Amino acid sequence: MSQSGEKGKFPDAAGYVGFANLPNQVHRKSVKKGFEFTLMVVGESGLGKSTLINSLFLTDLYPERYIPGAAEKIERTVQIEASTVEIEERGVKLRLTVVDTPGYGDAINSQDCFKTIIQYIDNQFERYLHDESGLNRRHIVDNRVHCCFYFISPFGHGLKPLDVEFMKAIHSKVNIVPVIAKADTLTLKERDRLKRRILDEIAEHGIRIYQLPDADSDEDEEFKEQTRVLKASIPFAVIGSNQLIEVKGKKIRGRLYPWGVVEVENPEHNDFLKLRTMLVTHMQDLQEVTQDLHYENFRSERLKRAGRAVDEDVLDKDQILLQKEAELRRMQEMIAQMQAQMKMKSDE
Amino acid sequence: MSDSAKSHHLNPHGKGDKTHASDFSYVGIDAILEQMRRKAMKQGFELNIMVVGQSGLGKSTLMNTLFKSKVSRKSVLPDPEERIPKTIEIKSISHDIEEKGVRMKLTVIDTPGFGDQINNENCWQPIMKFINDQYEAYLQEEININRKKRIPDSRVHCCIYFIPPTGHCLRPLDLEFMRRLSKVVNIVPVIAKADTLTLEERDHFKQTIREELRANGIDVYPQKEFDEDSDDRMINDKIREMIPFAVVGSDQEYQVNGKRILGRKTKWGTIEVENIGHCEFAYLRDLLIRTHMQNIKDITGSIHYETYRVRRLNESNILFTAHPPEHPTPGTKQSQTYNLFTCTNPHCGDWEEDLNSNF
Repeated sequence: MSQSGEKGKFPDAAGYVGFANLPNQVHRKSVKKGFEFTLMVVGESGLGKSTLINSLFLTDLYPERYIPGAAEKIERTVQIEASTVEIEERGVKLRLTVVDTPGYGDAINSQDCFKTIIQYIDNQFERYLHDESGLNRRHIVDNRVHCCFYFISPFGHGLKPLDVEFMKAIHSKVNIVPVIAKADTLTLKERDRLKRRILDEIAEHGIRIYQLPDADSDEDEEFKEQTRVLKASIPFAVIGSNQLIEVKGKKIRGRLYPWGVVEVENPEHNDFLKLRTMLVTHMQDLQEVTQDLHYENFRSERLKRAGRAVDEDVLDKDQILLQKEAELRRMQEMIAQMQAQMKMKSDE
Repeated sequence: MSDSAKSHHLNPHGKGDKTHASDFSYVGIDAILEQMRRKAMKQGFELNIMVVGQSGLGKSTLMNTLFKSKVSRKSVLPDPEERIPKTIEIKSISHDIEEKGVRMKLTVIDTPGFGDQINNENCWQPIMKFINDQYEAYLQEEININRKKRIPDSRVHCCIYFIPPTGHCLRPLDLEFMRRLSKVVNIVPVIAKADTLTLEERDHFKQTIREELRANGIDVYPQKEFDEDSDDRMINDKIREMIPFAVVGSDQEYQVNGKRILGRKTKWGTIEVENIGHCEFAYLRDLLIRTHMQNIKDITGSIHYETYRVRRLNESNILFTAHPPEHPTPGTKQSQTYNLFTCTNPHCGDWEEDLNSNF
């Protein structure tokens, strides 16, 4: 499509209007505007989340990192840390926000650790809703969480109870992409078994993770194949590293062990490339699903609640109404029972 | 023990004696070592090891690797589901194994469900209770009037605690558990699945762990205060510089350089379990089995058990009312015991809960 705004190059075919040029205009405008993407990473300490994020985006998002000792961790609660970085590649600007959740799963009693996270997600939705309903809608900043990488520990036999509970709590609010961390712990057989186990458990508990959309029928065969491969590899088993190691004369990113070198970008070693491909080719889709599904869910719930007036009394009245309805139902049941008894007696 | 006995015969530089050939100054006292060795071999040894750690850290595999046979719970009761139990269970499996005429009754005590729940508060209590129950059983046997020649020893000699290889530091759960249990049992912390750490990460992690243990006053095996003499201290200091051992377990054999070795085969290399350059499994095995096994049992018997016994006897306000039974029926423990625990304290029976809740 070489029609980049040059009005003189249109074919003279009859019936050609020219609005086929629209996608190009959208494309140019969005390139100028830049993209925003918010990625949340959740997982226990020490699963390599920060390393993976740095590897994915080839930046250093955590320059002054302080890891607290175990005694300090006993007192700590889950925190939310958002760091934003502007990445530019081939003229396309991306404003990436990574939301980290240090302290998740650290405490001995992790019952409350996801409340903070859910509250954060809801707050972002709330803010967007507020901006959207406001008067000046020119510069709405989209801070909603578009995607959540959930890091599963490779050391277990599948999902832990905490994993299941957390994913069930947020699967209706954000796109979950499960990731098996530190995959160099697993041999190939162990990895396949773990992936199958995780998928089984996800299905068993009814957790809705992000589903990659099937390739459109008009895409080329290569893209369709790529999408098929991606879909079959979920959850991705990844390794992250920012250290450069020399292997066969080339400098590649990897981890050096006494028994060999694990290459981050080698598809035979791990699924890092697949994860990156998925993220990059589906960034738009992730944003769309967040907007169309999760945000709309939130919005309709919120407005329904607000419709009853955000008033304490009215909320109470609501509850009283529900109570009265329940009582009414109970009375009706009792009456029905008594009627049945009377009928039985009259039949005797 | 057999090694030292043998070398004693061959080595003419023993304490003030020569070989059998020069008779004047040789009495033959050292022959007692041989007699003891033979007796020990006839009796056999008992060893009770407890493994504690989150599910999936390779506890069962490591036990199988340590004893080169299928001794773990999973090998005996195959559980195809591998589900995380809702509460902590204590499962004890015993095996009789033999090597070069030396028999050993090995008991592996597994604790599935530890640390796997969302709320792990007090998850160490069932384990503490189990350990104390074993001490109690031994104590009951000991205070019997007619007690057995060899009291069956079910006390936990060693507790191997598996630390997940996060690479950062200990988790609050690890700290709490080790803090409480290091007072009642010998704890040997190991870093599980260590093939996930590079060498620098491993060293950094170990250093962090050692500092945290020191800062919190947690004394793991080999404990500094129980070193007997300077030789011991030297050996144990070297060990203390290396704990926690970073181990990798495997019960699958692969061919490497013409030899069959235990290992894990991945696309980027094969990790050899017994190769010191790869992981520290060999050090752990040497510590537990080849060099310090007797020492571990001694410390359990003479220090941890004695502490328990003293506390228990003190708490129950002992009244030595000896009621020898008129018609002792063999086999019933009750009739043969001193009525040792007839205590005047009406809350005597609550001591168990107190004991367990004090931790």
